[in-house]
Amino acid sequence: MELNAKIPSGPIEQRWTKHRFEMKLVSPANKRKYTVIVIGTGLAGASAAATMAELGYNVRVYTYNDSARRAHSIAAQGGINAAKNYQNDGDSVYRLFYDTVKGGDFRSRESNVYRLAELSVNIIDQCVAQGVPFAREYSGLLDNRSFGGAQVSRTFYARGQTGQQLLLGCYQALQKEVAGGNAKVFTRHELLDVVVVDGVARGVVLRDMVSGRIFSDAADAVVLATGGYSNVFFLSTNAKGCNVTATWRAHRRGAGFANPCFTQIHPTCIPPSGEYQSKLTLMSESLRNDGRIWVPKRAGDTRAPGDIPEDERDYYLERLYPAFGNLSPRDISSRRAKEMVDRGHGVGPLRNGVYLDFKDAIARLGREKIRERYGNLFAMYEKITGEDPYEVPMRIYPAPHYTMGGLWVDYNLQTTIPGLFAAGEANFSDHGANRLGASALMQGLADGYFILPLTIGDWLARVKPGANTTDHPAFRDAEREAKARVDALLAVGGKTSVDTFHMRLGRIMWDKCGMSRNAAGLKEALDQVRQLREEFWRDVRVLGSGDTLNQSLEKAGRVADFLEFAELMCYDALARDESCGAHYREEHTTEDGEAKRNDEKFAFVSVWEFRGVGEEPILHKEPLTFEYVPLSTRSYK
Amino acid sequence: MEFTLHVWRQSGPAAPGRFETLSVKDISEHMSFLEMLDLVNERLIAEGKEPIAFDHDCREGICGTCGLMINGVPHGPLGLTTACQLHMRHLKGAKEIWVEPWRARAFPVIKDLVVDRSALDRIIQAGGYISVRTGSAPEANSIPVKKIDADMAMDAAICIGCGACVAACPNGSAMLFTAAKVSHLGLLPQGQPERFDRVLSMVEAHDREGFGNCTNHGACQNACPKGISVDFIARLNRDLVKAALTYKPYEITAV
Repeated sequence: MELNAKIPSGPIEQRWTKHRFEMKLVSPANKRKYTVIVIGTGLAGASAAATMAELGYNVRVYTYNDSARRAHSIAAQGGINAAKNYQNDGDSVYRLFYDTVKGGDFRSRESNVYRLAELSVNIIDQCVAQGVPFAREYSGLLDNRSFGGAQVSRTFYARGQTGQQLLLGCYQALQKEVAGGNAKVFTRHELLDVVVVDGVARGVVLRDMVSGRIFSDAADAVVLATGGYSNVFFLSTNAKGCNVTATWRAHRRGAGFANPCFTQIHPTCIPPSGEYQSKLTLMSESLRNDGRIWVPKRAGDTRAPGDIPEDERDYYLERLYPAFGNLSPRDISSRRAKEMVDRGHGVGPLRNGVYLDFKDAIARLGREKIRERYGNLFAMYEKITGEDPYEVPMRIYPAPHYTMGGLWVDYNLQTTIPGLFAAGEANFSDHGANRLGASALMQGLADGYFILPLTIGDWLARVKPGANTTDHPAFRDAEREAKARVDALLAVGGKTSVDTFHMRLGRIMWDKCGMSRNAAGLKEALDQVRQLREEFWRDVRVLGSGDTLNQSLEKAGRVADFLEFAELMCYDALARDESCGAHYREEHTTEDGEAKRNDEKFAFVSVWEFRGVGEEPILHKEPLTFEYVPLSTRSYK
Repeated sequence: MEFTLHVWRQSGPAAPGRFETLSVKDISEHMSFLEMLDLVNERLIAEGKEPIAFDHDCREGICGTCGLMINGVPHGPLGLTTACQLHMRHLKGAKEIWVEPWRARAFPVIKDLVVDRSALDRIIQAGGYISVRTGSAPEANSIPVKKIDADMAMDAAICIGCGACVAACPNGSAMLFTAAKVSHLGLLPQGQPERFDRVLSMVEAHDREGFGNCTNHGACQNACPKGISVDFIARLNRDLVKAALTYKPYEITAV
């Protein structure tokens, strides 16, 4: 596997400009001869599809949702970063670049991150022009708020629904292209395979989820914008349908998978309330501005929170990190909460949370002030738990939220398979080992609006338009395989439901490849995942048929892929014998229990090559160099 | 909790549907309504029966995928809540629970509780956007927007496209949905150039899709999980009348 990142040379500020000039162009008259397939309609997919259609390419878009407006980008709450420096507080493209590289714990590519920071300002212009109703000041100008990992105010937001408003902007731009005839959107369709001939991506195999029809589509380029894989844990903040199938299928066909073990666990979610729990709900991390996190000092203390006197409480973040306290970064806060619960200090009926207490803030600021700041979040909490956080402390616990790993891409967002591109959370790109808040939306839109539509032109200019058709026998083979797999799932006829297997997989991954990992546990996990996969193919029960809407069948296909992918995640976590960002290996900690990076041995991107299900994949390395942001250790004490 | 569940089962768009009655036991009041359905499905699967098909995705009330008539009310009895955020404790004491799909001419049933809402996408295609080519946007702060206008635009823009307004309306009208988009864009300076074309063409698409007319029942507003106000329909009507009476689409005249 050749890993040529194609990073332009020269000063970092000029690389993207230089690259734009050096790329080949497709003339306006020829653009309509080219077809691009886009899978996924989140921020990256919808913005790329709309922009490419606008440029004149034929774009065909597929989504598993019943409308392009429903992709999970819609659930992003907080905001989107941009280096506008509207607050005159010293922000700049360079500072956003610097914060993002550092926040990623020095495991991302400097050139990509710089380009992201550079494009952030164009994104805001574009979204405002589309009618995204960002929050404004009384002057009529745009408002900003602060977010973690930065000392400047650079986050643009639309109440607590920034992701929704940005996604609707892309969705509307895409619908305009549908009306104009340049784009076609196929809803309730899911990708089953990527078709590769002579090492080049030629098209995809799809299933119409309503009729069950399995068919192929060919194009001059294929874009996967299919999001992340947090649902490997079963319980996560992702939507129920989010899955790894598209990126995993591409990986099986030869695309390198980068850093699969980099998974972000968000510290403030509502803990599960029972075995039936189907997903976890995020509570904005802004709550940590005024809430104090604590657990009872005595393990197994079952008293109600109000009955535990002050001197029997452990405000552990304030104790361990006096400088940052309750506002310590995501990875550290998450890990410490797990530690407390594991040691028996957990609270709530299932002893699976820690308190986030507003009593002191209410006493200091008054109930009204707190209501003004967090009223909607308190209401949401009460709706879900039935408890009133003005009276009793909230209970919170970390949950899988975002995956920094993904398909390896070069500077053009092209995977190791020529003609196959990956955008947004589906690629590994810009966040290194830890993503900062409000930067996922920024990356999805930078990829989709400004990078991919240009870099894909460079690829298309090199290929003959319309050369790929579904007449090639490789499409028949791939369709046959996909059909055989669907039939096989229906034919097992076992006793155990798909969800049961998914929950069991999630439990293994959460315990052994979750917030903290060690070599022994990861090796156990590898065995357990293999056994579970074998059991799945022996005992899964998928009822109904393949030729109608069959939600169990859809789930079964996705879980089957998670069961293969999980192994890769464990291999990656095992091979990365250091701690960095969200990847915490218990063997590599400082004396006071912090993550210990090993730059000498591990300043590289891990890129995995598939060799077969159950076979150990091959590790390739893309070395990372830091010319602009000097390697340093994060400290929050 | 323990109750009798009457759930709509329909094997396909052309097949006749019917209520299936299930006796449901051991339900925790902390479950969400959809988690209750998950559990019922697990039990059906264990008995070798096909599970109930229902649409859902984010399960945090924002994607707009879920949509169920629960005891005759879109998204169930708790106001300002989608079905996925409704918890069983709010149905405490109910001996019987009836679950149906959205019922409207423009939303054909696909299977069980799943309906086809693509008509809503086609209304947006008719003009629910601001035409701005990527890359051609002016500096974001070059056009100030009054805070009150931006806030009102946001009040309309929070529509999640779930279709509860259509299901609630005795006429099966999607006027609240259409008005929310017309108002969101029409309240902003960026949306002015296309404002009157937009309202004419979106209302035309709305009617073409088989949605009924608005006759001011206001049931849509009560059903809307995001609390979108019928005032936006009044606003749409003002724009529509103005457009119909005074607005002339641009015509090229030969010189």
